[in-house]
Amino acid sequence: MATVVAVIASTHHPFYYRASTATGEDRPPFADEWVRKITAFRETLTRANPDVLVMVGSDHFHQLWLDNMPQFLIGKAPFYDANWYNEEREFGLPRMLLKGDEDLSAHLLREGLDRDFDLAFSNELRIDHSITCPIITLRPEADLPIVPIYTNIFAPPLPRPKRFVQLGEAIREIVESWPSHLRVAIIGTGHLSLELGGPRQFGPHGPDPEFDRRAVEWIATGDLDGCLSEVTLDSLHAPGNATHGFMDFMLMMGVAGAGAKADYVDSLDLFHTMEAYFTWYPNGAPK
Amino acid sequence: MSKYLLNKFLYTVDRDPELVERYREDPAGTVSWWEAERANAVLNCYTGEASTWLRFTDEERDALTTHDHVKLFELGSHPFLTLTLFIAMFERDHGPLEYQIAYGRRLQHFDLPYPDIAT
Repeated sequence: MATVVAVIASTHHPFYYRASTATGEDRPPFADEWVRKITAFRETLTRANPDVLVMVGSDHFHQLWLDNMPQFLIGKAPFYDANWYNEEREFGLPRMLLKGDEDLSAHLLREGLDRDFDLAFSNELRIDHSITCPIITLRPEADLPIVPIYTNIFAPPLPRPKRFVQLGEAIREIVESWPSHLRVAIIGTGHLSLELGGPRQFGPHGPDPEFDRRAVEWIATGDLDGCLSEVTLDSLHAPGNATHGFMDFMLMMGVAGAGAKADYVDSLDLFHTMEAYFTWYPNGAPK
Repeated sequence: MSKYLLNKFLYTVDRDPELVERYREDPAGTVSWWEAERANAVLNCYTGEASTWLRFTDEERDALTTHDHVKLFELGSHPFLTLTLFIAMFERDHGPLEYQIAYGRRLQHFDLPYPDIAT
């Protein structure tokens, strides 16, 4: 059976690519520290030596739209083009092409459906920065096949936090039941407190540093009970109007497992939002 | 209230470079053309099937025509869509982050709970 060699959760910050590649007076003062942290974080994936990446993210109204909105969707395609015109325009993100692993996609869809997750699928999916940001930060070679999994954290009505956790738990078990010798890393990105298009946007820190502190603690210690006892669809409005993206972190806590302490934890307080990086090694840290 | 249609306008304009420029330069003309020609298009159909019932309220049409992102927020349009399109149109006229910060400041009078964005 396949081995889950790393579980990784992080924020996805679309400005990283531009900040990290800028030079001269265009380079922001925080870029060097950010690159150092990302380089160290990348090493946690490199050391795990994965063959395939399962990538959990959320489409930002690129391909998925309100006339036909899935709650959870798995890509099943041999290739995925990536990044969109408005992401090039606003963030300077490059166009990318990633390979898919259709066999693992099919396995996740079949087993997921059989476990009562009514998963949507796509055979032609152009992915966005929720998945390409972690490719850029963690595997810039973009050389490994992926299985993209999209969640709806964006267009209410949304599934509840508990459902994200349950899906994460199921994804972990399903990957571990994949009849393959391959080494799989499961990577997901979300947000801590975040406000976009509202009065609290683009402040000197994230809109709710106290929420961020507690969120990092929940994730780092695998405190699913504590997290689920406090986080609801209603409560997530308070830390910032885009904070429902935290549910992707909760999904990844489900992948890592209740009580699983992260093997690697780091964060970076930036304007606008706090960055946070977590890695778990389910089968022990690589030698 | 047709939050869906407001969002559909923001979404379809934002993803089309020509429409972004057209809406920046001629908001009234673009909104009027869009409502007549595009509002009822089912987005993945090419053969003439269209909806028949989608139209803006006067308040919604005015908000779009006057580039009034504060009113759009009040009406429950999706804040991410509004922000993304307005950055595309107006960030270029300002220094780094200046537009984004001013955009947020103009919304300071909103307290939680914010206007409902469910469609």
